[in-house]
Amino acid sequence: MNNGPLLFLGIFFTIAFSWSGIVLTNLVQQTEAGATQPIYDKELEKIVPAPMTGDARQGQAVYADLGCIYCHSQQVRNSLAREGGPSVDVERNYGRRPNVARDYIQDGRVFLGTMRTGPDLRNIGQRQPSVDWHMLHLYNPLITSKDSIMPPFPFLFEEREIVGEPSPKALRLTGEWAPPAGYEVVPTARAEALVAYLLSLRTDYDLPEAPKSVE
Amino acid sequence: MSSAPSLGAAIDPRTKMSQERAELHQIDESTRVLALIFLGTSAVWLLVGTIFALIASWKMHNPELLATQEWLTFGRVRTAHLNTVIYGWATNAGIGVSFWLMARLSRTVLRHAGILYVSGAAWNLAVIVGTFGILRGDGQPVEWLEFPRYVTPLLFVSYALIGVWGIITFRFRRGEHTYVSQWYLLAALFWFPWLYSIAQIMLVFAPTVGVIQALTNWWFAHNVLGLWFTPIGIAASYYFIPKVLGKPIHSYHLSVVGFWALAFFYNWAGVHHLIGGPIPVWVQSAGIVASLMMVIPVIVTAINHHFTVIGSFQQVWNSPTLRFVVFGAMNYSLASLLGSAMALRSVNSVTHFTHFTVGHAHHGMYAFFTMVMFGSIYYMLPRLLRKEWPSAFLINVHFWGTAAGITVYVVALSVGGWIQGMQMNDVKNYPDFLQIMVATKPWLFARTIGGFMIAVGHIAFVASFVWILVKKRTDDEGSPTLFNTPPTLSLKTP
Repeated sequence: MNNGPLLFLGIFFTIAFSWSGIVLTNLVQQTEAGATQPIYDKELEKIVPAPMTGDARQGQAVYADLGCIYCHSQQVRNSLAREGGPSVDVERNYGRRPNVARDYIQDGRVFLGTMRTGPDLRNIGQRQPSVDWHMLHLYNPLITSKDSIMPPFPFLFEEREIVGEPSPKALRLTGEWAPPAGYEVVPTARAEALVAYLLSLRTDYDLPEAPKSVE
Repeated sequence: MSSAPSLGAAIDPRTKMSQERAELHQIDESTRVLALIFLGTSAVWLLVGTIFALIASWKMHNPELLATQEWLTFGRVRTAHLNTVIYGWATNAGIGVSFWLMARLSRTVLRHAGILYVSGAAWNLAVIVGTFGILRGDGQPVEWLEFPRYVTPLLFVSYALIGVWGIITFRFRRGEHTYVSQWYLLAALFWFPWLYSIAQIMLVFAPTVGVIQALTNWWFAHNVLGLWFTPIGIAASYYFIPKVLGKPIHSYHLSVVGFWALAFFYNWAGVHHLIGGPIPVWVQSAGIVASLMMVIPVIVTAINHHFTVIGSFQQVWNSPTLRFVVFGAMNYSLASLLGSAMALRSVNSVTHFTHFTVGHAHHGMYAFFTMVMFGSIYYMLPRLLRKEWPSAFLINVHFWGTAAGITVYVVALSVGGWIQGMQMNDVKNYPDFLQIMVATKPWLFARTIGGFMIAVGHIAFVASFVWILVKKRTDDEGSPTLFNTPPTLSLKTP
């Protein structure tokens, strides 16, 4: 092992090999197989997966900059399939079917995640469609989820004096959470975008290559 | 260390000794400013990263802490912790140790080190600006690559210069033999810029479509550990263990096998972070196979490290350098074998998505790499400054704080994470996710305790570091600072 050039060649080859194998081959394979293109669903009469709305895209940026990915995954896994039964993730109601690669092509930034300090969010829009619930939960998770360790995000909201009519968007806070009399807590544009993004997270269509949804 | 016998040495051994010592001194001199820049800044980043870590850890069981401060919200302070310890502490320390080792082993002085001072300053400036960027919310939402895009080109250029300089130093090597540490250092210095530039292009500047992002992300992130930090840690262990003990490494041939097996298999192991995910099954299986095959280089390296130590345990215990390095080498074996096991689908189905993984990451990055770096610094600074460590007590506090702290940390998260994983898979008995989350709290609190112990160790380390820098050189610097000096013990001080 005293031959410098040979040593260097080996060092070069090993990393080139893994990069071509893990990254390049899969990129080519998926592109060739058409897995990077949406398809038209005749029953739903639209393309799936559907493109993200502008609101949701802004919300995704908020999701990114607050670091939600460090505690929440966005993938319903197939690998834990029980003998004859659905996967544990499906059983836990994380989604009606396991996700496949094509589900992520409209996402821009992909947030598969590697941690479930909190639950999976790939279908949170399906599981919890209430805007009010999400607003309260973001303002302080303890309002809706006792003993949760999720951080509160009070800076996504504004506490302001009520001038004239109270805002229809004001959070319905009661008891210890209520603001002082004459004040209200309203979501900022970032909170609204984030909730729009969360509600957009739903795998409510089938793909030919994916297992069928369970009801 | 390799040495080519010269004619002069054959005639008079004493001439050779003094010549070698003078030569070594000259080489150390040429790396001194550089090593002090990188090691000094690394120590500062270590403290900064520790503060972020403690805040993040505390927030995990008491989320109301500093909750109104957006810039310190968990998602950001945790990210600031990761990036400051990885790119601030570990990378700076790794570069400092690598250059010193590379120059010594290649038996050549460092040429035009001035360029490296500029690179070092630029690197650290980029880490400072990048950390502020993360706290402001400018970060890239890609794990291990969070520095905002306005600093990453600077990081890349300053690093590329560092890598090129390392390879040039290797090119100027003298003597017939290259030592195993040199292979690892050469590989690490080349691999990292490749990894970093590809990951930047494919994830930040021109992101690929869909889940290919996730594949690129974990190819990068796992390889930062496997192809950058691990080779440096192994190179340092391969150098210091035989050097301080004054005996040769157990087997040269095993070290060749270990090196190539690591280069080949570690590269592919990163996919195990996506097992079960929406990526092709064949690439998951390839990742699992590679992770299991890592058993080969790990066992081979373990044989070489631990068999060299056998019989000299008293010396290991007395020498600050070896106490840290051997602790690190032992944990390299342990963490790597556990890591291989974690890639098995049956084990992964429990540990994936849990705190077990976080514990494992710290087992590798801290109990192995960081401890080896501490040991290396304890050897290097007295040679670079020609002063001895002022206080064995502080080194003792450092060792026990960090060794016990990281043990508490890893055990707490492993046990807590395992329980968490078992409960997540048991939908019948644990239908409510909140129930599982609440059950992790005591383990997360235990982790914070481990974190505070580590912090005490770090304060002792930085205190020692500052003290040795400022203390006056005395005439009586002859004997190295040891934990206790038995009358029979003699150590080589080059």
